[in-house]
Amino acid sequence: MSCCSEKPVIALNSGDRLCKTHFTEYFENKVLKTIRQFDLIGKKENLGIALSGGKDSLTILHIINKLSMQNPKIKITAIAIDEGIEGYRDKTLEKAKDFCNENNVELHVFSYKEEFGLTLDEMLKILDVKPCSICGIFRRYLLNKKSRELKLTKLATGHNLDDECQSILMNQFKNNVEASARLGPKAGIINDKHFVQRIKPLYLCTEKEVTAYSFTKGLLDNFSECPNAIHSFRAQIRDMLNDMESKFPGTKYSIVNSFLQILPLLKQQFKDGAKDGAASAVKSCIKCSEPSSNEVCNACAYLERLNGKSGLLDVING
Amino acid sequence: MSKINIKVYIDKENLSKITELNNGSIVSDLLKNLKINPVTVIVSRNNELILEDEKLNDNDELKILSVISGG
Repeated sequence: MSCCSEKPVIALNSGDRLCKTHFTEYFENKVLKTIRQFDLIGKKENLGIALSGGKDSLTILHIINKLSMQNPKIKITAIAIDEGIEGYRDKTLEKAKDFCNENNVELHVFSYKEEFGLTLDEMLKILDVKPCSICGIFRRYLLNKKSRELKLTKLATGHNLDDECQSILMNQFKNNVEASARLGPKAGIINDKHFVQRIKPLYLCTEKEVTAYSFTKGLLDNFSECPNAIHSFRAQIRDMLNDMESKFPGTKYSIVNSFLQILPLLKQQFKDGAKDGAASAVKSCIKCSEPSSNEVCNACAYLERLNGKSGLLDVING
Repeated sequence: MSKINIKVYIDKENLSKITELNNGSIVSDLLKNLKINPVTVIVSRNNELILEDEKLNDNDELKILSVISGG
């Protein structure tokens, strides 16, 4: 059913067809409702936004910036990570910088090259590893460390319903229940002073809704995919889920909604395990002092492997 | 049956092409012809989003934008 006499720009699973104005209202209300439902943002926050320059992070920054203008007690700061992916991240970072300049948002950019001595492209020339695995470890490491150093109270990421749905299935397929316990609109299991709470205000918004919103708001004119992501396990799960969604509309909502019912139990189980000194307990990495579940954190473990083979890079680069 | 020509730009492949469809075709017919899952894209005409049941006209210029981004 159409919302009004204006031309619809999106058809929802419910059958509702919304015009640009009513879709904007629907989408922004959905994000605000998610924030309230899961208590994601308090009355006073020094809130970080993990900004890649892609549609998801620009959308969340756009909406939270509006919220911040209405409520000066919510201060926002954007953090971008430059992994060093030639032909991809340089373009999205330009978008991120332009947006922050135009909207007067403080932006901090941290690069793998400056922080670890190598770009992701260089790391992948040295180690034969899955790009998304190593990249994710270094990105999460930097986001948490820099957020804490900037004294941010929380860090909002652009993860949407599709991302969450993919993660749930990936963890199921890999029998990684603890990784699932770390999911949810409030990521993580344990409240620890070394962790900055990560929140996902787009948790209940589909990727298609986010794209439609960013398009109608003129936030992005070119939607690109990371060149490393194309052959990833996540990409295969994503394609399978999109196939199921087109045959059985509502599949993604069903997966996430059923997951939300068991998530508190999962979090409690691993929280209790941590208290009893199980592997999920938070330790400090003996090399960098960042939080880790092992003696040496995953980032330092990768750096050791990279340093051991860094002579290879000189050979590769001639 | 008479035919219509649709000029399509597919952003994911950075590809422009002309697709011939039966007169009276709608957006979902075009996506089916191009073997694109409608869940994975949004479609615009004259910089306005259009729905899958929108009727297409001869010489329409459409953009098919992938909703998949990031990594």
